[in-house]
Amino acid sequence: MRRFLSLLVVAVTTVASVSLAAPASGVTAAATGKTVTLVTHDSFAVSKPVLAAFTRKTGITVKVVQAGDAGAMVNQAVLTKGKPLGDVLFGVDTTFLGRALDAGIFTPYDAVGLDKVPAGLQLDPQHRVTPIDFGDVCINYDTKYFAKNKSVAVPQTLDDLTKPEYRGLFVVENPATSSPGLAFLLATVARYGDNWRRYWQQLRANDVQVVNGWEEAYNGSFTAGGGKGTRPLVVSYASSPPAAVYFSDPRPSKSPVGTLLDSCFRQVELAGVLDGAANPTGARKLVDFMLTKKFQADMPLQMFVFPAVTGTPLPKVFEDFAEVAPNPLSMTAERINANREQWIDQWTQTVLR
Amino acid sequence: MDRPVDPDRAAVGVVARATRTAAVALPFAFLAVFFVYPVATIVGRGLVVDGHVDAGPVLDVVRDAGLRHVLWFTVEQAALSTLLTLAVGLPVAWVLARVAVPGRTFLWAAFTVPFVLPTVVVGVAFRSLLAPGGPLDGLGLDQSLGAILLAHVFFNVAVVVRAVGTVWERLDTRQEDAARVLGATRARAWYEVTWPALRPAVLAAAALVFLFSFTAFGTILVLGGPRFATIETEIYRSTAQLLDLRAAAGLAVVQFLFVVALLLVVGWLQRGAPALDLRARAASARPPRSARERVGVVAALTPAALVVGLPLAVLVARAFDTPGGVGVANFRALGTLPERSALFVPPTEALRNSVLFALVATVLAVGLGTVAALAVTGSRRAIWELLLTLPLGVSAVTVGFGFLVALDEGILDLRGSWMLVPISHALVAMPFVVRLLTPTLRGIDPRLREAAAVLGATPTRVRREVDLPIVARAATVAAGFAAAISLGEFGATAFIARPDRPTLPVVIFRLVGQPGTTNFGAAMAASVVLMVLAAAIVVAVECLRDPVATEP
Repeated sequence: MRRFLSLLVVAVTTVASVSLAAPASGVTAAATGKTVTLVTHDSFAVSKPVLAAFTRKTGITVKVVQAGDAGAMVNQAVLTKGKPLGDVLFGVDTTFLGRALDAGIFTPYDAVGLDKVPAGLQLDPQHRVTPIDFGDVCINYDTKYFAKNKSVAVPQTLDDLTKPEYRGLFVVENPATSSPGLAFLLATVARYGDNWRRYWQQLRANDVQVVNGWEEAYNGSFTAGGGKGTRPLVVSYASSPPAAVYFSDPRPSKSPVGTLLDSCFRQVELAGVLDGAANPTGARKLVDFMLTKKFQADMPLQMFVFPAVTGTPLPKVFEDFAEVAPNPLSMTAERINANREQWIDQWTQTVLR
Repeated sequence: MDRPVDPDRAAVGVVARATRTAAVALPFAFLAVFFVYPVATIVGRGLVVDGHVDAGPVLDVVRDAGLRHVLWFTVEQAALSTLLTLAVGLPVAWVLARVAVPGRTFLWAAFTVPFVLPTVVVGVAFRSLLAPGGPLDGLGLDQSLGAILLAHVFFNVAVVVRAVGTVWERLDTRQEDAARVLGATRARAWYEVTWPALRPAVLAAAALVFLFSFTAFGTILVLGGPRFATIETEIYRSTAQLLDLRAAAGLAVVQFLFVVALLLVVGWLQRGAPALDLRARAASARPPRSARERVGVVAALTPAALVVGLPLAVLVARAFDTPGGVGVANFRALGTLPERSALFVPPTEALRNSVLFALVATVLAVGLGTVAALAVTGSRRAIWELLLTLPLGVSAVTVGFGFLVALDEGILDLRGSWMLVPISHALVAMPFVVRLLTPTLRGIDPRLREAAAVLGATPTRVRREVDLPIVARAATVAAGFAAAISLGEFGATAFIARPDRPTLPVVIFRLVGQPGTTNFGAAMAASVVLMVLAAAIVVAVECLRDPVATEP
């Protein structure tokens, strides 16, 4: 028994010391400027050759830390202000930007290449954050469904969705728990102003379905998703059509989903150098790198977003199947930040109670 | 006693005692650093204002009608889930313990598989059965309390089958037989002889199922839909979405108090448990003798087979469902999807990470848990056992965000380190290990030890030859469980900053998070891989823990 216990002590101590040694080495590397840590959300992706190119060019290795969805990531960054989880934060979007800026978690930096980003995407005049990409939240429709049911036309506007022929056909995400759900709520506020609650009352009367996450909506309820749903209209992204083609085997000649361009809400994703970064020089280099053609051109097929830098070549599947709304709905970060919780509460009262 | 003390031996004794004290202190130190301290820090952030504790947010949970409703619903669904899981699980435990049915090992494995499946995948399976267009649409259970309860039964039936079955199969049937011979009815014999022996294990299982349902997160959100809220989902919303630490802390304290109260009640109910006469397993199992018994076996297995089997069948069917008909294309995609990505790695690579983390988490959980269970069994004070179970009753969000704000300095700055992943898995698995071991340890007949001592064995030898074999067997079962928990764990890890080593559940989560039929197919296939892995672990444990004994 005693030997058994001693063995356990040895095993546990070994594991413990390994665990304590691991981050220590990370800290040393950061101090010498050889590592830069990127804090980002769970949907972040980048291809290996692109990261390798950054390391070749600068001698700096990128370590990536993923911190939940965009909202949870911003909250983690706010809570660790001054002792950040890393050097650069990527993925704060329009809906949570105000919270991040108010908390003062970033230090300003004028990134190289910012002049090639359209003014409409530059959300912070003080350059605490740099726009990297945008991904519009839009209503998607099942093209096969509407081709088969000739009596029902593809809806063209947000107003159409309240009409009786679209009764029971639409599924949305709960804005309290889902990022596209929140963006679509903001889209309706941007479109209808003070009357947005009436619009939602009409949607509710027209049997709109609410689920908590994008996965349940797209893969569970949507007819053209992974599941066997019954609703051909879903709140998703402008990039869903190219993604649906790209991730099909064999690849179809026509996308199984289309985009209702009238419903699109522009979500800009931004990056910033974190205040208190262990490697601020490396952090600035990484933000610069995110605006280079190499990184920008890699993003569409990795994260299914649109590059922020004008003139970045798009992959063929985007050229062929992605439609971008010419005049998307949008809202300032300040207005969102001042009203976000109140709107979500009002929406809950209107749609769920 | 007046004996000359050999100074060398005395020194050895001191060292041994020190070693033992250090060993016993380890699990508690682990909990103090990785559980108590982070949770206290994040709750303190919400409740301490200018050096004063503000009890307002705690009282709000009781004062506010909306939150009161949330509290009530949390308790209601957890209680119903527990009763339903016991109702479905106990008959299975009986069959597996007492009836020599063909394919018992397979059944053990099948009922454990749900444990490792990510909620998002189980959500897909349940919804394809229950939602409009699904075969069970007629039940009207989509996005309802019923769906939540069924999912909790699905996930937790293994807990009941394991915790109760492992005791039941070792009970000496001769006591019950004796009672029957003395004229007791079958029901009375069961109630007076078998039930008292099983009660501690049933209570332990019930407590675990209740805690799991009480702090459930994914099942409520995915299967209940937006109309249901529990304390756990509200803590998640307050912390991860609203950044309202005050409200989150109030909810966390109420959740904590409730869990403590529950554990105290369970501890009180478990008091005075008789020492069990545990025998080699399967000595008491026999094939069904009559047609009536065969019907009984089928009736006992059917509910569980439906609740567990149907969703699993859906997942397997989906994994082999490709645009070109039934095939293995989804499995072939596992090695290549997604292309060239540095972080969003192919499931095969994620599988390696999962296995590595599971190994570390199992070593931690079983090592610390075994020591803790031995310490707890030796002590009269229930408080330690209670402390060891608490991690199951505290919100994963609270623990995850607690890590973030507490472990931020010096050698404890583990944020972003991969070690935090197995550590958080071990936190969830350790209470299981303790709960699975203590009934067995308590059940060791003291007469066995006395007999050994009378026959001249030293205390050390008694421990080695009497306790250790029994502990080792139970620890093997616990290790299987710990590995399964680690393989499937997503709750706590979703709320810690994860390093670039995604586990299989994380990759599955990402695959279902993107449009496209190949992503969805690959997610289903990866889930089947997880299922097979879990089943393999269970079968291995079954073969290892001890060869089925035959009646002498």
